[in-house]
Amino acid sequence: MLALLWKDLLLEFRTKERISSLFVLSLLIVLVFVFALSPQQIRGPEIEAALLWVTLVFAGMLSLQRAFLLEQERGCFSGLLLTPIEPGTLFLAKMLSNVLFLLLVEVIVAPLSLAFFGVPFTRSLIVLPVGLLLGTVGFSALGTLFAAIAVRTRAREVLLPVMLLPLLVPLLIAAVKVTSAVLTGEDWTGVWFRVLLSFDIIFVVTGWLIFSQVVRE
Amino acid sequence: MKRFASFADNVLPWLTLATMIAALAMVFLYVPNERVQGLVQRIFYFHLPSAWNTFLGFFIVAGASASYLWQGSRFADLLAQAAAEVGMVFCTIVLVTGSIWARPIWGVWWTWDPRLTMVVVLWTIYAAYLLLRHLAGDTEQIARYAAVLGIVGVLDIPLLHIAVRLWRGIHPKVDKMAPEMMWTLLVCTAAFLCLFTWMLWLRLRNLSLREEIVALRRQALATT
Repeated sequence: MLALLWKDLLLEFRTKERISSLFVLSLLIVLVFVFALSPQQIRGPEIEAALLWVTLVFAGMLSLQRAFLLEQERGCFSGLLLTPIEPGTLFLAKMLSNVLFLLLVEVIVAPLSLAFFGVPFTRSLIVLPVGLLLGTVGFSALGTLFAAIAVRTRAREVLLPVMLLPLLVPLLIAAVKVTSAVLTGEDWTGVWFRVLLSFDIIFVVTGWLIFSQVVRE
Repeated sequence: MKRFASFADNVLPWLTLATMIAALAMVFLYVPNERVQGLVQRIFYFHLPSAWNTFLGFFIVAGASASYLWQGSRFADLLAQAAAEVGMVFCTIVLVTGSIWARPIWGVWWTWDPRLTMVVVLWTIYAAYLLLRHLAGDTEQIARYAAVLGIVGVLDIPLLHIAVRLWRGIHPKVDKMAPEMMWTLLVCTAAFLCLFTWMLWLRLRNLSLREEIVALRRQALATT
């Protein structure tokens, strides 16, 4: 699994395509929000938490679109399936590489977005990554599963968000609640935190179990 | 299967007709007005059975999907597709009737009550399932993807339930009903269940006939 993960990371470090496009895209989304909402009038940690997650979801969608594209185009994925690797392991590696890419982007974009909207964040700087990480894990788990499906269909650009977004609703509600609790300085380890954690576990296990059905040829 | 087919072709349409007429008569003539909400409350007798049918459709999709993934029978795949389409119809009915009811009672067409949120998200999951079926083509691979989506979709229901329950809800809870209301609801549920089964059957037969035609055409092309 580590080798698979390393392969994805190495590919990325050689080209830096995914990270750079992700970074620019999420920055642009933040800017669109800034112009659309004019931060002088609308501010507040709750809104900021929602904006942050909308940004991450759309940027993450782009990242997922590319997750299987390279392998699919070159027929490399069939090669991977021929090796005696469990499909579940393949899934975990793909998911982890996606989590890492998104986290790298979040580390830069989240403080920028907070700063643009004038949300005081010095206190929450240590715990905020925890909330983001938990949300990202669930997002990537479900996302990797459906990206693998969407990449082998014709209308893949439309189908991925259409399939993924409704299923993500419960996770997103929980992620926004945890993030907003972190930003307002409330107790963030409450019920939403546990809900988010259990959603993560459910999504990862589901993906891990069912992935073999998706890639079977 | 044979016996069910003859039942579904000969008896079920008439059964649906009879129960539906009885349900309409009971809703409009028999059952008394609800004390607080008045006339508008009668839409509830169509609303609730439709909601049950929505969930029934969902569970049939999930069950058929699981059976398709494990045993690979073509019938299960067609059943999942038919159930998704019929379920979508009832899901839309739930949203529309609920909206008509909410306008005079709550004063708004729409509000973000947990159950409303839940049904609208279910509607989008159904929509995604049907879009996958229609946009991606009709191959064995797509059938398997749709099955995965059907299973994950149903797994999502309890999570959705937890997430939206933690918000505050204003949905009316039924705790005590007059016996007339109870009977009306029962007949309506039976009528809608018959309607659901009949629609499911028609669509299923339709799909398998289409399947047959495609196979025959392929055969004809191969021989010429």
